[in-house]
Amino acid sequence: MNSILKTLGASVVAIAGLAGTAWAEEPTVIVEDAWSRASIGMNRPGAAYMTIRNLGAETETLVGIRTDLAMMPEIHLSATNEQGVSTMTPMGDIEIAPDETVALEPGELHVMLMRLSRPMIEGETFALTLVFVDGDEATVEVPILGIAARGPTN
Amino acid sequence: MLRRNLLGYSAAAATVIGGTLFAGWWQVDGPGAPNPIGQRPLPLTEMDFQLTDHDGRTVGPDTLIGKTSMVFFGFTYCPDVCPTTLSDISAWLDDLGDDATDINVVLITVDPDRDTVDALADYVGYFHPSVRGWTGENDQILSAANGFRVRYEKVPTDNDDYTMNHTAGVFLFDAAGNFSGTIDYHEPREFAVPKIRQALANPNEETT
Repeated sequence: MNSILKTLGASVVAIAGLAGTAWAEEPTVIVEDAWSRASIGMNRPGAAYMTIRNLGAETETLVGIRTDLAMMPEIHLSATNEQGVSTMTPMGDIEIAPDETVALEPGELHVMLMRLSRPMIEGETFALTLVFVDGDEATVEVPILGIAARGPTN
Repeated sequence: MLRRNLLGYSAAAATVIGGTLFAGWWQVDGPGAPNPIGQRPLPLTEMDFQLTDHDGRTVGPDTLIGKTSMVFFGFTYCPDVCPTTLSDISAWLDDLGDDATDINVVLITVDPDRDTVDALADYVGYFHPSVRGWTGENDQILSAANGFRVRYEKVPTDNDDYTMNHTAGVFLFDAAGNFSGTIDYHEPREFAVPKIRQALANPNEETT
């Protein structure tokens, strides 16, 4: 986790810098524990997970995802209803209140990486950019773990 | 007149039943009238379907008799829930150690159009070696799903693609083929592993 935080430092600062505010040095959004699973080829969609913390005083609204790894990256929600049926729906915008953390984790919210442009190979990383409603962006390097990985540490 | 009314009711009932079986089949099994017994999987000995495993062998419910079995439904184009379930199962099997060799573990695809024998063989190889993948004709997948009381539905996505909604639990059967319990999606390992041990230990006793 720490190593991800460190590599993120620069990009997080860069986000605030784009906003051009007086407190540009203070990151308002921190992305931690990003990870994904390797894919088998390019036909099947991939998924990526992370936690997004809003350290700022204003609500942040995540409106989009961008990565050269997938032509259609979207945040989806997996849910299981009372009958045990699992569904997956696109989430649209996600609001993160001040001091709130949104967790993207297996079986819950996740970045669905549709129409991969290349296979997701274990041991590699890819850049994924979160786009907020005010135009600010946060870019994170997402490690690609094994296809059977269960969390950011394995 | 009375007879005509009765016929009318029968026709209406048949329409309702037909509608439930087709369009609304997967949605709700009678709101306000839950019937837990009716929604349990049948014993394996009462199921009837014929599928092909990821090595190309013909398989069916009989294949599972003689060992404790864990069966779940999914599809390999599922990026989130299915690999997570397979990872969970792989971890349970690791916990069980040598006992895991006495367990059938089967993923039955709800997406046979994309999950061919070869596609399944590609996929299951990445998980615990006990995991088998079964696919087949659509009508046989439906027969299997009916036996397990599983629902599934193809859902179009906005990129001319589709995903599948499907029942996500893992079904346990003892060696005689009797239903022994369900491990719900994302159930913690400390609950899941004892359930599997129970299915292993009580081969002739229905426990849930």
